[in-house]
Amino acid sequence: MAVKPHHTLVVLVENKAGVLARVAGLFARRGFNIESLAVAPTDDSRLSRITLVVDAESAPLEQIINQLDKLINVVSIRELASSESVERELLVVTVNASGETRGQIMDLVRIFDGRVLNVGPDRLMVSMSGGPNRVDDFESLLRPYGIVELQRTGKVALPRLAKAGGEVGEF
Amino acid sequence: MKLNGGQALMRSLERQGVEIVFGLPGGAILPAYDPLIDSTIRHVLVRHEQGAGHMAQGYAQATGRPGVAIVTSGPGATNIVTPLCDAYMDSVPLVVITGQVPYAAIGTDAFQECDTTGITMSVTKHNFLVSNAQELPQVIHDAFHIATTGRPGPVLVDIPKCIVDPRNPRSGLEWYEPDGHDLPGYRPRTEPDAGAIAAAAELICAAARPVIYSGGGILKSRAADALMRFAELVQIPVVTTLMNRGGFPDDHPLCLGMPGMHGNYTAVTSMQRADLLITLGARFDDRVTGKVGAFAPDAKIIHMDIDPAELGKVRRPDVAIAADCRLGIEALIEAVDALGGAEAQADRRQWHDTIADWRQRYPLVYEPTEPGGALKPQFVLEQLRDATPTDTIVCAGVGQHQMWASQYWRFNHPYTWINSGGLGTMGYAVPAAIGAKAGRPDRMVWAVDGDGCFQMTAQELVTANTERIPIKVAILNNAYLGMVRQWQEMFYEERYSEVYLSPDLPDYKGWAEAMGCEAMRIENPDEVRPAIDKANEIDDRSVVIDFRIDTTEKVFPMVPAGASNDDIVLDPSQHPPRP
Repeated sequence: MAVKPHHTLVVLVENKAGVLARVAGLFARRGFNIESLAVAPTDDSRLSRITLVVDAESAPLEQIINQLDKLINVVSIRELASSESVERELLVVTVNASGETRGQIMDLVRIFDGRVLNVGPDRLMVSMSGGPNRVDDFESLLRPYGIVELQRTGKVALPRLAKAGGEVGEF
Repeated sequence: MKLNGGQALMRSLERQGVEIVFGLPGGAILPAYDPLIDSTIRHVLVRHEQGAGHMAQGYAQATGRPGVAIVTSGPGATNIVTPLCDAYMDSVPLVVITGQVPYAAIGTDAFQECDTTGITMSVTKHNFLVSNAQELPQVIHDAFHIATTGRPGPVLVDIPKCIVDPRNPRSGLEWYEPDGHDLPGYRPRTEPDAGAIAAAAELICAAARPVIYSGGGILKSRAADALMRFAELVQIPVVTTLMNRGGFPDDHPLCLGMPGMHGNYTAVTSMQRADLLITLGARFDDRVTGKVGAFAPDAKIIHMDIDPAELGKVRRPDVAIAADCRLGIEALIEAVDALGGAEAQADRRQWHDTIADWRQRYPLVYEPTEPGGALKPQFVLEQLRDATPTDTIVCAGVGQHQMWASQYWRFNHPYTWINSGGLGTMGYAVPAAIGAKAGRPDRMVWAVDGDGCFQMTAQELVTANTERIPIKVAILNNAYLGMVRQWQEMFYEERYSEVYLSPDLPDYKGWAEAMGCEAMRIENPDEVRPAIDKANEIDDRSVVIDFRIDTTEKVFPMVPAGASNDDIVLDPSQHPPRP
C-alpha cells in the first residue's frame, strides 16, 4: 500500500478529567487532522498514554508537537517512526458468510491469525490484530464478501527494542 | 487550622500578594464574598463582568502583577470569556475565579450552570475545576504560577458552590501553605541555548541592513533596559509593534516606531528591505507582515520567543531562540561583545542614510483643520500628548482612534500603552484604564476611545466614580464605526453598510454626567487645549471629553488587508513612494 504522510505521536498525559478534550480541542482549533487516536491508562496510574496518528500535511509536525507541549497536562511527546516502532491495531468485523463463502473467510482468518468471535447463520464476527498495513490488507480482502459492521481501534505503538536485546522482527 | 473553602480562597489570594480584585457577586460565588469582608483584599464592584476582566488586564499590564477577577457561574462566566480570550491573545497574566453550581448539580442544567471549563479551554493558558475543598489552596497556588511564568496568560479556576459554602460539609478543609507544584507537564524554558545565541550574534555583526523587530515579549519579560543596551551596542534601528509601544522610547534616534497595517512608512519599509530581522518577543502577526509570502523577502530571521510554538509558526527562522527575552537579549549582548561589540559591526552607513531619507520624505502627516472645519483626531492627540505628563498611561479601544493614538503619541516609557492587540476587542479602553489606574494611582491615566467602543463598556465609569478610581476619557467621536467605514470607503466603493452611529445619540456629555463624571463637548480646535488642561486638573472624579472629529478622516499609512507591505498606501498628500 502507498505510504501515507502520517506521523505517530505517543503523548503521555496526566490522568485527569478533561485531558482528552484538551488534546482533541487543540487539534480542532489549530486545524490539525487526527487520523486515529487510542487512549488508555499506563502502568503508572497518574498517567495516560495517547497514541495519535496525525496527518503531516495539515501542519508541520514540529508545530503540532510544540502546540501539544503547551498543554499543561501533557507530560511528554515522542514521535515514533514506523521503522523504529512496533505498531498494532485491532479490527473487529462482522462479515456476510453464507454457504460457500464461509470456508473462504475462515481461510483468511487463519492466514491472518484472526479469531472468530461470534457465529450467526449467515454471518461471522471475527477479530484480527496486526500492524496497520496488515489490518488494511485483511479488511480489503474481506470487503468483497460484504462487510456488515466494522470497528478499528486506532493504532497503538511502542518503540522497537534494540537488536542486541534479542528483539524478533515484526512479521 | 480548619477553614471553609471561601476562607481558604481569600487566604490563598492574600498569600499571593493580591491587593485588589475586580468582580461581581452572584448565586454560586456568593458564599466566597462573605469572607471577602474580613479580607485585606480590596474588591472593585464592576457593572458588567466583561469590565472586571478588562480591568484585571489593565491592572496587570500597568503593574506587571497578575490581575484577578471574581465572577459567578453561568452568565458571569460567559461574560468574562471575551477578556479571557483577549488576555490569551496578548499574553496577559490573569487569574479568574468563577463560581460553579454545587458539585452534585453539575451536568443537570442547573440554574446558572454552564460548562465553564469547557467553554474557556481554548481561551485560557489552563483552567481548573476544583473537585474538593482540600485541593483549593494548591490549585490557587498553581494558577498563579502558570499565569505568571513562561509565556504569561489567563488561568481560570472554577469553584463549585459547595466548596465555598460553610453550610455544606464539603467546604471544610485543613489549611496548609502549598509549596512547590506537582505539574509534571509544565516546564517553561527561559534560558537561551548558547549555540543559538552565538549563531545569532554572528548574523547580527555581519548584517548590512538589520532591523530589530521588537514585540510585546519585551514588556512581558521586563526587557526594555536590555533592549536599549543591545540596540545601542549594535546601533541597529528598532521597530516597536503595537504590543511594544513604549518598550523602546519613541524619542530615541534608533526608534522607527510602529510597523504593520497602519505603521509608518519607514518602519514598514525598513523591514521589507532588511537583510536581517532580529525578532524579539514578536510573533509575525498578520497585521505586521501583510501578505506573509511577500514579507521581508530578503531577510534572514533571528526569532527569540519564550513560546517555542511561535518559532516557525508563520515564518521559518534561520536562528530560533526559545528564551525569556530579557535573558536572551542579555546573552546576545555578551555574545556580540565577545565578537568585538560595536567595532565588529558591518558598515551600515548606507542603511542608516536610507532610513534617514525615508523618515524625512515620508513622515506621518495629516491635513490640518481649515478655519471653521471639523477637528482632526491627530490634532486632538497631539494636544493631549503635549498637555499630559510623559509617563501618562494611555489606554485605547480598537479601531481608528487606537491607530491614531499609537501613531501620534510619543511613548517614552514602558508600560504606558495598554490596548487590545491580538483580539481587537472594542470597548477595551474604559475598563482597562480603570484597572491601570487602580494599579498605578500615582499616574495620570487617559483612555482614548472611539464613540462605537465607548458605547460598549461606558457603564464602568459608574464603577470608576463609585470606587474613586478617576480616569480621563477622550472620545474621538466621528459618529461612525470609523475603521469599518474607512474600509467601506476604500474597498467597497463607498457603500456604507451599517456603520453610522450619530454624533448626538447618545448625548455623551449628558450620559457621562449621569454616571458622575465631569464632561465636556469640544468642537473647535481652539477649545481643545483648554479642555484637556481642565480635565488634567480634575482628580476627584472621572472626566469625559466628547471630541467631535472629522467623520471622513482616515488612518494612513495603510497596507490593505492581504496585500504586500510594498503596497503601502500613504496619505494622499504624499507622493506615491518608489521603494
